[in-house]
Amino acid sequence: MIKLERIHLLSRADRLRPLRKFVRELAVQQGCCTENLDCMVMAINEACMNVMQHAYHSRDDGEIVVEFWRDADELLIRVYDFADKVDLAAIKSRDLADVRPGGLGVHIIHQVMDSVEYKNCDDPQGNLLEMRKKLNQPVKCNLSDKPQ
Amino acid sequence: MKYPVTKHNNYTVLQLSGEIDLNESPNARKQILEQIKRKNNLLVDLSAVEYIDSSGVASLVEGFQTARGKQLEFALLGVSPSAMQVLQLARLDTVFTIYQTLDELD
Repeated sequence: MIKLERIHLLSRADRLRPLRKFVRELAVQQGCCTENLDCMVMAINEACMNVMQHAYHSRDDGEIVVEFWRDADELLIRVYDFADKVDLAAIKSRDLADVRPGGLGVHIIHQVMDSVEYKNCDDPQGNLLEMRKKLNQPVKCNLSDKPQ
Repeated sequence: MKYPVTKHNNYTVLQLSGEIDLNESPNARKQILEQIKRKNNLLVDLSAVEYIDSSGVASLVEGFQTARGKQLEFALLGVSPSAMQVLQLARLDTVFTIYQTLDELD
């Protein structure tokens, strides 16, 4: 596995746009197809947004680290935060039949990525999300029956 | 940023544009709810939206529900492919009324 990049950002909403641009450029460099690139951009944006809103409770001075690894024909993305530990069992998609604002991020991440795993960090504080996506295996992002 | 507002038949058309993410969605939400507060039937034009995330979608859902609670019409117009992808992922493409062009309203 090859480490490609490790970037730091503050938990500020205005950091998401440059993050998406960075992810797009990195995925292109790695030869990612357009469809999977869009999925990765969407998932990483949602993941960091969740950290900002739910781990850091909209504080703007929290730190987020995003690592990008190349593992054969896929990208592994790790999103670290240093907030209080969250209950991993509580992180799940909500019932989409209940139409209401919010709570869609986890569902979207699961839909567009090949694998998603929330992990316990060894450190007393912090959370880790690992996501994998094939670079060139086009899949529809909107498969409503994709297993989670 | 103040989004352009026009009139079409008995609808007010609010044209969002650019990237409606966590940084911009509070502004979009405010302008959507302002129109509903004025008792306007609302068409939210998404044709110039390059990117929308779940926070932007949440603003649309809130507008939809607020309008419905006031017996006002709320629909989306000219949904760009990237926005449609997110709506489909959230399974909201069948919840919102969606027009691709204003001609469909005439």
